[in-house]
Amino acid sequence: MKLTLNIWRQASTNASGSMQAYKLDGVDEDMSFLEMMDMLNEQIIRDGGEPVEFDHDCREGICGMCSLYINGQPHGPSNLTTTCQLHMRSFQDGDTIDIEPWRASAFPVVKDLVVDRSAFDRIIQAGGYISVNTGNAVDANAVPVEKKTADEAFDAAACIGCGACVAACKNASAALFVSAKVSHLALLPQGDAERKSRVLKMLDQMDEEGFGSCTNTGACEAECPKGISITNIARMNREYMSASIFGEK
Amino acid sequence: MNWITNFLFSSVGKKLIMSLTGLFLCLFLVVHMAGNLVLLDPNGARAFNEYAYFMTTFPPIKVASIFTMLGIAFHIIDGIVLSLQNQKSRPTKYAASKAGKSSSWASRNMGLLGVIIFFFIIIHLKSFWFEMKFGSVPYVEYDGNKVKDLHTIVMAAFKSPLYVLFYLISLAAISFHLWHGFQSAFRSLGFVHNKYTPIIKILGYIIAIGVPFGFALQPIAAYLIANGII
Ligand code: HEM
Ligand code: FES
Repeated sequence: MKLTLNIWRQASTNASGSMQAYKLDGVDEDMSFLEMMDMLNEQIIRDGGEPVEFDHDCREGICGMCSLYINGQPHGPSNLTTTCQLHMRSFQDGDTIDIEPWRASAFPVVKDLVVDRSAFDRIIQAGGYISVNTGNAVDANAVPVEKKTADEAFDAAACIGCGACVAACKNASAALFVSAKVSHLALLPQGDAERKSRVLKMLDQMDEEGFGSCTNTGACEAECPKGISITNIARMNREYMSASIFGEK
Repeated sequence: MNWITNFLFSSVGKKLIMSLTGLFLCLFLVVHMAGNLVLLDPNGARAFNEYAYFMTTFPPIKVASIFTMLGIAFHIIDGIVLSLQNQKSRPTKYAASKAGKSSSWASRNMGLLGVIIFFFIIIHLKSFWFEMKFGSVPYVEYDGNKVKDLHTIVMAAFKSPLYVLFYLISLAAISFHLWHGFQSAFRSLGFVHNKYTPIIKILGYIIAIGVPFGFALQPIAAYLIANGII
């Protein structure tokens, strides 16, 4: 395959960036998108240029490190797929592919396609945990949880924190991410103890980081590589309202 | 008391105000639309004027109208605040975006639709509400009762096809606003339910089409009556 790649190049956070075009020949349709990026970087290095920075780690769709806004969609055109699991067979020979970083004031560009997603870490640090001593692993089913609830909690826990929801949202809202974390802990008995304080702290941190609010467009759900449902956002709203109104603090 | 301001100024709190005022305005629209259907009657001058007299003098309605004004004000101010903050959260736009694949046009343009509705409300209030209250509306007498002849004012306004067209465009904006807004308000309130959410969605679509449609009949009927076509 022969491709034209329009890639966002930006030297540092405060530098101004621009889209730059690259030609890449000999791309195999069985390559993953990131292997194609590796191939491009090898070509750029051979030509004496500065390779394109992009994030990745596991390359098997579980860590949430890869990003990239590809042809107008986070993680590219395939549904329920991270960029590392996207393959070049999803494209045609001769295609032009636009590749941009996540765009959000809370996710400043570090370099090229790499953005700083530590805002998500700070939201988790604010309350996305349970402070019980876990000790040894307990027997399965020692704490009874209804199957439906367990499934809901598990679906929410599937969030890998990649930030595609923020990238997809017209408001750069982190509501889907935060609501997934709030839901997965609020639904389970282990998370119940800090249920009220958790949602208050996480949401306040989310607002402080400068993410937008939720207009319920549903773009996040449609673009989420793990299929996290916006029903979680409604649950988070409910949890936050009830914690604010009925909580002791 | 600090918690109240913290709560209402949080992103969830601001959307709570948006959804409550929005739903209240939906209720207002349904009542306003249904009441004004009197206009469809070519011989309805008296019925309409008596209805207008009732609506402007009956105390509970006067109280409700104050709430409506407040609701509009809060909805608009909150809408502006939210839109500005949301824009600040995404200062750099994408060079290429396929947002249309993952969300509806109406949901992405609530602010724009709101601005159109805002200008409509201003002009609408100036033409009728302001005239009725402070303008020099002629009086008519029905069985010894003197009431303002708003019907004549309405007919004079809708004699112009351009004015009718302006109403129809604004009603289309309201339709799109509610197409997304009605069901969105329930999500903002935290209400999602396997059984009821599908019903809310359908109800929202009925309101989004039915209310502007019912309203649209009125300037069209007034135009036809005023120009002697019916
Ligand atoms: C008849 C008048 C109106 C009605 C019935 C109405 C109704 C609604 C409803 C039900 C919502 C959904 C609330 C939610 O998602 O929680 C909404 C959202 C919104 N409205 Fe209105 N509205 C009206 C007029 C306006 C006006 C005049 C403006 C602005 C100038 C406006 C701006 C907005 C904005 C920006 C949103 C989206 C907020 C967000 O989700 O971020 N609306 N409206
Ligand atoms: S690199 Fe780990 S999910 Fe893509």
